[in-house]
Amino acid sequence: MKTIKVNIVTPDGPVYDSEVNLIIANTTSGEIGVLPGHIPMVAPLRVGAIQLKTDGQQELIAVSGGFLEVRPDQVSILAQAAEVSSTIDLNRAKESVKRAEERLNLSKKDDVDLKRAELSLKRAMNRINVYEGNI
Amino acid sequence: MASLRDIKSRITSTKKTSQITRAMQMVSASKLNRAELNAKSFVPYMSKIQEVVVAIASGTQNTGHPMLTYRPVAKTAYLVITSDRGLAGAYNSNILRAVSNAIRERHTSNDQFVIFAVGRIGRDYFTKRGLTVIESMVALPDQPSFSDIKEIAHKAVGMFTEGTYDELYMYYNHFVSAVQLDVTEKKVLPLTDIAKSSATASYEFEPSAEGILEVLLPEYAESLIYGALLDGKASEHAARMTAMKSATDNASELISSLTLQFNRARQAAITQEITEIVGGVAALE
Repeated sequence: MKTIKVNIVTPDGPVYDSEVNLIIANTTSGEIGVLPGHIPMVAPLRVGAIQLKTDGQQELIAVSGGFLEVRPDQVSILAQAAEVSSTIDLNRAKESVKRAEERLNLSKKDDVDLKRAELSLKRAMNRINVYEGNI
Repeated sequence: MASLRDIKSRITSTKKTSQITRAMQMVSASKLNRAELNAKSFVPYMSKIQEVVVAIASGTQNTGHPMLTYRPVAKTAYLVITSDRGLAGAYNSNILRAVSNAIRERHTSNDQFVIFAVGRIGRDYFTKRGLTVIESMVALPDQPSFSDIKEIAHKAVGMFTEGTYDELYMYYNHFVSAVQLDVTEKKVLPLTDIAKSSATASYEFEPSAEGILEVLLPEYAESLIYGALLDGKASEHAARMTAMKSATDNASELISSLTLQFNRARQAAITQEITEIVGGVAALE
């Protein structure tokens, strides 16, 4: 099967760099699958999981936003935070879910705080989902 | 001439100080190593995001995105990166002097600008002078990760978008080498000086070029700020290392001159004693 190079980079350094057969990502306009030979493209990503399939094996990576860039020879994913499922700190994610929920209950009126709490809840839930492998 | 005991105690205390400064020098050296590594691992992200921003911004004409367009300046924001603690030579004073000079030249009243202060020294300096510090960040770890500074970067970019101010400058020490740090002023927003590249990769935009710029530009601006912060941290460790090295050198110089003085005083005391004894014996005869 044909493969394409994928690298995922964050400000704290590269997270993933390998050849894969298929990339499935959640963009703001819907889920897309990228196979080798895809047309060059740029799309922003939603908080969610990236699925990378290689020879029937699947790997999951949690990303917090960012965007996807497809080129003829490689796919780059740039995100402010990204974690391979095996490196996710489950306890931390669970704690931030708890914190975000508390804040959601407290700040009914202040919409800026509400939005931020919602976002951080989303990110934490995403991490937990990716860790547990259900997407 | 100081007494023997005085000199002795000065030697001991100088020795102790030099032990401390030497330890601090070594700590800073290892922190500098780590900071350089951090700065290095940030490079791929920065170059990639820059590449895409340039490709999109030059590939689409007249995007009219607020972060790319210059608007009349009613208010300016300065993001000043200093350290939390001193003992770093001229690291902080150089930055603060540069900012104060720029402010004095460009503005006639204190209402025309606001300050984002990163680092305790910068924050205290500006608040003491009664300037508007709208946001500050202290106790930043020595090896900051992106999530540590996300909040202040996000705010700095968000307030520009909301129109609280019309341009944003960054001041930080650019790390050239362990002995050379350059005070740098960098305009972050609006992003008017994105180099237009001629060879544009033609992309499909999903959903649209504008939609992507909407997401991409804030992230780009935030990563510029993070880059400056990593640079500033590396400079801070380098400055502290150099300052502590010269303190250690000075201490050992001082110790050697004090030791010389101590030996002279000891010699003089012995000579005097002998003279006294000889004098005493002569008086008995």
